[in-house]
Amino acid sequence: MDLSLSTRAESGRTVVEVAGEIDVYTAPKLREQLAELVDAGRHDIVVDMQGVDFLDSTGLGVLVGGLKRIRQHDGSMRLVCTQERILKIFRITGLTKVFPIHDSVATAVAASD
Amino acid sequence: MVELSFVPRSAHVRTARQVAVALARRAGLADDLLDEVRLAVGEACGLALALQRQTRPDDPVVLVFDDSAGLTVDVRASAPLDPATGDHALRVLADAVPAAADIAEELPVGAALAVLAEFAPRLEVTTSELGMRLALGWPPVAVASR
Repeated sequence: MDLSLSTRAESGRTVVEVAGEIDVYTAPKLREQLAELVDAGRHDIVVDMQGVDFLDSTGLGVLVGGLKRIRQHDGSMRLVCTQERILKIFRITGLTKVFPIHDSVATAVAASD
Repeated sequence: MVELSFVPRSAHVRTARQVAVALARRAGLADDLLDEVRLAVGEACGLALALQRQTRPDDPVVLVFDDSAGLTVDVRASAPLDPATGDHALRVLADAVPAAADIAEELPVGAALAVLAEFAPRLEVTTSELGMRLALGWPPVAVASR
């Protein structure tokens, strides 16, 4: 399955819905999308990963890169994920300490820094 | 024994993962291990790809699978490296890959190696002037049952 991305505004935040595989091949597409949003002044982003069925370290790298760009603008990036196999990758690489991870878009959107 | 080689393009890594999962299934590995095989082989190919692109962009990344007793997967790249084994080889790789990676620049290669080490029960890393060899292994079902 390829990567599909869609974005929408929700309560002043930008929700990026990601589905499919985020890997060494598709990760540049996600990087481009995140960079475009930041350049367009969207600095509070929620990445909904509930539809993601594969994530590798390249995908993690793109999320970290997006977070770095957003932090330069004092923004925030929150993730939505309840899939154990994806969460495990964040734990192994220590990124659960870097990203706030929520179990629904609603709680991510409602969260404050 | 199955051998797969591909020109170092990222699009082919998914094919390699799919072949790995198909062979893991054939080898009778438990369903919960298939994801681990998919991830570990994907990360190994990502490292091989990054190395190959740097110095040997015309040479293929080569995978050799053996599904006769559990599953072993050898992932090879021909980019010349300092000769080393074990932890030393991991350091050689960690030094070599960031210079090569135009794709994962935001995260140290350590993340890929951490995922590999977590998901491949057997992991042997060898580097030499002939290139890199990552040998991943999952034991046969009877031993693998948890």
